[in-house]
Amino acid sequence: MRPLPVGEHGLLIELDDAEEVEALHAELLRRAAADALPWAGGGAPSERRGEIVPAARTVFLDGLADPRGLIAELATWDIPPLTAAGRPTVEIPVRYDGPDLADVAALWGSTPDEVVRRHSGTAFHVAFCGFAPGFGYLTGLPEPLHVPRRDTPRTKVPVGSVGLAGPYTGVYPRSSPGGWQLIGTTDAVLWDPRREPAALLAPGTRVRFVPVETAR
Amino acid sequence: MSDRAFSVVRAGALTIVQDLGRPGHAHLGVPRSGALDAPAHRLGNRLVGNPESAATLETMLTGCAVRVRRATTVAVTGAPCPVTVDGRPAPWGAPCHVPAGAVLDAGPATHGLRSYLAFAGGIEAEEVLGSRSTDLLSGLGPDPLTDGAVLPLGAPHGPPAAADAVPHAGPVTELLLPFLPGPRDAWFTEAGLRTLTTGRFRVSPAGNRIGLRTEGPPLERARPGELPSEGMPLGALQVPPNGQPVLFLHDHPTTGGYPVVGVVPERFLAPAAQAVPGTPVRFLRLRQGGQT
Repeated sequence: MRPLPVGEHGLLIELDDAEEVEALHAELLRRAAADALPWAGGGAPSERRGEIVPAARTVFLDGLADPRGLIAELATWDIPPLTAAGRPTVEIPVRYDGPDLADVAALWGSTPDEVVRRHSGTAFHVAFCGFAPGFGYLTGLPEPLHVPRRDTPRTKVPVGSVGLAGPYTGVYPRSSPGGWQLIGTTDAVLWDPRREPAALLAPGTRVRFVPVETAR
Repeated sequence: MSDRAFSVVRAGALTIVQDLGRPGHAHLGVPRSGALDAPAHRLGNRLVGNPESAATLETMLTGCAVRVRRATTVAVTGAPCPVTVDGRPAPWGAPCHVPAGAVLDAGPATHGLRSYLAFAGGIEAEEVLGSRSTDLLSGLGPDPLTDGAVLPLGAPHGPPAAADAVPHAGPVTELLLPFLPGPRDAWFTEAGLRTLTTGRFRVSPAGNRIGLRTEGPPLERARPGELPSEGMPLGALQVPPNGQPVLFLHDHPTTGGYPVVGVVPERFLAPAAQAVPGTPVRFLRLRQGGQT
């Protein structure tokens, strides 16, 4: 664990792999829920709010009263290894009808049906979010199934598109430009600011994709 | 809609609703947003008797004009500009009474970029994740103002705070950006770090609420490539492949893969909201603890 100060109130904690990121993130959420993180600012503890942002190899904390004090404290933490128990699981129905399904099958040295079987048979989890509100970077596919982005990004990827890029699977929460390989579509609403919670997928959420019949 | 409202007579180049933003959602990819010149936003609210968290209008360069349905106290702060009520001169940086049906016009900025219009009662646009701020990166919050749009106002909170001595900052002739090095300063050579603190930089015209871009000598890198995406703070000095630092402002993306050479503390960011393109920029290295 390598903590790096970020400005006056931030700490970027580098870790060796995604599992360590997830374990530390879970520990930070436990401590935040117990109001045991030293956020900056006055007022009632419930009104003090910092940021806990997991990413590929790091967890970023912002809004800390004393980042350097936390560096010393971190070394004394006993962080339990991660278990799947107690993590929310979300099932996302997918029509595997994406325009890049055949290309992904070719990259996998496989067939479209086999892509559907492998993808829907994988236990994913949300490693982190970014790019757009509600966009989760889902890990779970083994390395031989990692695919590059498309050479030319699309100027418009439809809302609900399920795509692959590098180690990640993601679902576009709204229409936007994008370079991921699109293998399917879902009607699940990934992001609705009027809903509580607004984001269907948050860091740590378990995800399974459930194939549904393509309407043709 | 109640008669506590105003209609937009002249939307201006880019006028948006802002409050103190929606921090606490970065892990979902939601920028914090909020008024870029936060001191000006807070001052405007104090002048009309609002809590500092009430929503105001943030203009860009050309100001805006609105017609109030009911008599309302309004204050214009931030970038100085000519203020009129139904064509008659009215004060800038002070509460001013706008009669029912009258047009308040905040003209083009005489210097700086962003003026703030605070209305007694605050703008009651719909909240998204606890904030009424428009987020130009991800499209959350109210749409930018358009001519003819109508926005609701809240009930006035009571008499304004006793008169502030309104600081009338002069033009930003040089944008001084004190920063703390890191977290990725090791990705730059000693020469590259020296370039940051000694080079001649200027504010690029390509900036926006996501980031203030600079033009100047490129920072030499000690190692090539990108990082795996990591969390990005407000005030990050992120250095893209062209070597020219971008200062992350309130609508910045919450993660990114270009190295952050240093971070400008939030309390030094307000002048960046008012620095016009071409303004010289000087980066000043702070020691931890905040002293130079």
